[in-house]
Amino acid sequence: MKFDNINRRVFLRASAVAGVSLATPTIFTSASRAQDFCNAPTGANVAFGFNVPQTGSYADEGADELRALKLAVQHLNGEGDGGMLNTFKGTPLKGSGILGKKVSFVTGDTQTKSDAARASAKRMIEKDGVLMITGGSSSGVAVAVQSLCQESGVIFMAGLTHSNDTTGKDKKKNGFRHFFNAYMSGQALGPVLAEAYGKDRKAYHLTADYTWGWTQEESIKNATEALGWETVKTVRTPLGAGDFSQYITPVLNSGADVLILNHYGKDMINSLTQAVQFGMRDKQVNGKDFQIVVPLFSELMAQGAGDAIKGIYGTANWDWKLENDGTKAFTKSFGQEYGQPPSQAAQTCYVQALLYAHACETAGTFNPEGVIAALEDLEFDGLGNGPTLYRGADHQCFKPVLVVQGKENPKDKYDLLQVVKEVPTADVTYDPSIFGGELGPVSNKC
Amino acid sequence: MDAFLLQLLNGLDKGGAYALIALGLTLGFGTLGVVNFAHGALFMLGAFIAVLVNRLLRLETVTIDPDQLTPWGTPAEIHTPLVQAWLGDFGAVLLQYSVPLSLLVAVPIMLLFGVAMERGLIRFFYRRPHADQILVTFGLAIVLQEVIKHYFGANPIPVSAPPALSGSANVGEWLGLGPGVYYPWWRLVYLSFSIVMVGLVIAFLQFTTWGMVVRAGMQDRQTVGFLGINIQRRFTIVFGIAAMVAGMAGAMYTPIVPPDYHLGMDFLVLSFVVVVVGGMGSVAGAVLAGFLLGVLQSFASMNEVKDLLPGIDQVVIYLVAVVILLVRPRGLMGQRGIMED
Repeated sequence: MKFDNINRRVFLRASAVAGVSLATPTIFTSASRAQDFCNAPTGANVAFGFNVPQTGSYADEGADELRALKLAVQHLNGEGDGGMLNTFKGTPLKGSGILGKKVSFVTGDTQTKSDAARASAKRMIEKDGVLMITGGSSSGVAVAVQSLCQESGVIFMAGLTHSNDTTGKDKKKNGFRHFFNAYMSGQALGPVLAEAYGKDRKAYHLTADYTWGWTQEESIKNATEALGWETVKTVRTPLGAGDFSQYITPVLNSGADVLILNHYGKDMINSLTQAVQFGMRDKQVNGKDFQIVVPLFSELMAQGAGDAIKGIYGTANWDWKLENDGTKAFTKSFGQEYGQPPSQAAQTCYVQALLYAHACETAGTFNPEGVIAALEDLEFDGLGNGPTLYRGADHQCFKPVLVVQGKENPKDKYDLLQVVKEVPTADVTYDPSIFGGELGPVSNKC
Repeated sequence: MDAFLLQLLNGLDKGGAYALIALGLTLGFGTLGVVNFAHGALFMLGAFIAVLVNRLLRLETVTIDPDQLTPWGTPAEIHTPLVQAWLGDFGAVLLQYSVPLSLLVAVPIMLLFGVAMERGLIRFFYRRPHADQILVTFGLAIVLQEVIKHYFGANPIPVSAPPALSGSANVGEWLGLGPGVYYPWWRLVYLSFSIVMVGLVIAFLQFTTWGMVVRAGMQDRQTVGFLGINIQRRFTIVFGIAAMVAGMAGAMYTPIVPPDYHLGMDFLVLSFVVVVVGGMGSVAGAVLAGFLLGVLQSFASMNEVKDLLPGIDQVVIYLVAVVILLVRPRGLMGQRGIMED
């Protein structure tokens, strides 16, 4: 036997071939396949990341989202009364975790700032190994975190975000939104406004100067103009202006007879309270009673507006007073746990957590590829909003939209809004191409 | 003309708040030479004293009624207001006038808080650089904010003006402009309140012996000390008065903007600009600059102006500050020697 032709190079080549052939069978085992996607769970747990505002102006909404998400984790793990798992039609989830793994969670603080939200999401993905991020109370933050999740190969189940851009111009393959959007608010609210206030109206918009405000102004303007209203003027106001008097007084002499406040949160409370102080609701213009409209209500914030909100129209994604099994089940378990009814921010986050779990369970994997395929064009029912479709083309949920009105005689601080109309899904559905944007490819690598 | 009048009133109103905050800031500069970044937080504390008084007047007893159920199936709570149960209609009136009443509470609390803040924290920073003073007072402001947020939450809390003073006044008719020009009563009250407060502080400094000594101390601390006067103690009290004025301004402001923990920060930066434009340490300058910048900001927000120069409402104050500082580096009424080492 001659060994002198086996030099170092040949030996290495031969060992490499041997090594690969020895390793081959393990490619088909789950332990190795788990490395195929980012943060594949290896232990007995699967981690969710709850990225909610815990400080800053939206801290109270963030706290409510966190309450709901903790409840969702309890229910998924089989603790508590099961909440909406009992009413979620056709789900394989049984309260025994997801695919045999127990759900755990970590939390982060978005501070309602895009950079802080991205930093805390990044920490949860890289350090805590979360597979899915949910929560949030601002469209600016949602768009930023969604694009981070796309880059990082995890799923983003958006919390409260109402800008058209989240599932429009800035949509991503890894991002999903259960909450409704500004376009739907316009389509739902327009006819109700025309019926209540007539078709010959002159509107003046005050708009929060960021992505959500712009898309809402455009959507409401288009919807009301289609009904015959005229838009006198649209004015952008800086976020957190506090005193809006300098923007409100010009409305009084503009000839407008409707004021539309495209404000959310603190800005909404301040501008609405001040508009009422300036006597706008007692005013007559063009022979008609002057009216104020707040297209997107926040119940938690409405408590801050006090009496000013009475009689004012707006829209909502969900309300705890709805008469359906899912809503009743959720309100019951939330109320018993925390002594207060859930807000719409809480409901949307709870549902998002359940839907993600449902998608993993039906797909049989935590791999984003399978999860996304399971969520796209998913039709579900029993989660409080009636029959709902997760549209595959833009990852936006389609379901009835609520038109709500500030109650004249509320029983308590949780009873501020009444549902005036449930606008059917068909009336708020639109062609996904109108907002542009591309979903792009699935991302599942870290 | 109507629009002009309304924006003038808006500006004076805003200017009133700026002036009251800047007044205290400038007194701090002038007497103790301290840059107090917690001054906005004192305004916020005052606002929350009004909230607290309102809450105390609303205190209720809670009993559980097992016969009634909440929508989520737990026994309902029955709330009975305490003050009204004790005092009847008078209790209800007290609640309606909670904002003016809260001034009675705010005066001693804020005065004491100001003195405690100066004795407990600020005095250790007299000989340290201004950057250290800024850091420590800014830190204090953050602590105060977080404490308030812990107890009152992050959302704004509405406090209503007395019913007799809510709604709008027919300003147009008073001035003979014809009907249709209305302005909220409480904003007129706030404007008058700020003018009276400014007048009282200036009168106190200008026309009392006590105030004269303080002014002398601002000019030349050492000489006043040589005359056997404990000028430091007077300066401490002036600091307390500054805190008190900020607190009262905050309490009265609550019906205009529902306060939240961040209210002070919203005013702080602008108030500093007001002080710098008015002239460091000049009380009259701060008041003048406060009203001036408030009015300018309002006029810059008029649609006619914004159509010509978009976004001008956001920057006008800073533009004017730059121009004034270029022409008069010590500000409108600044004097030589203050904050100039």
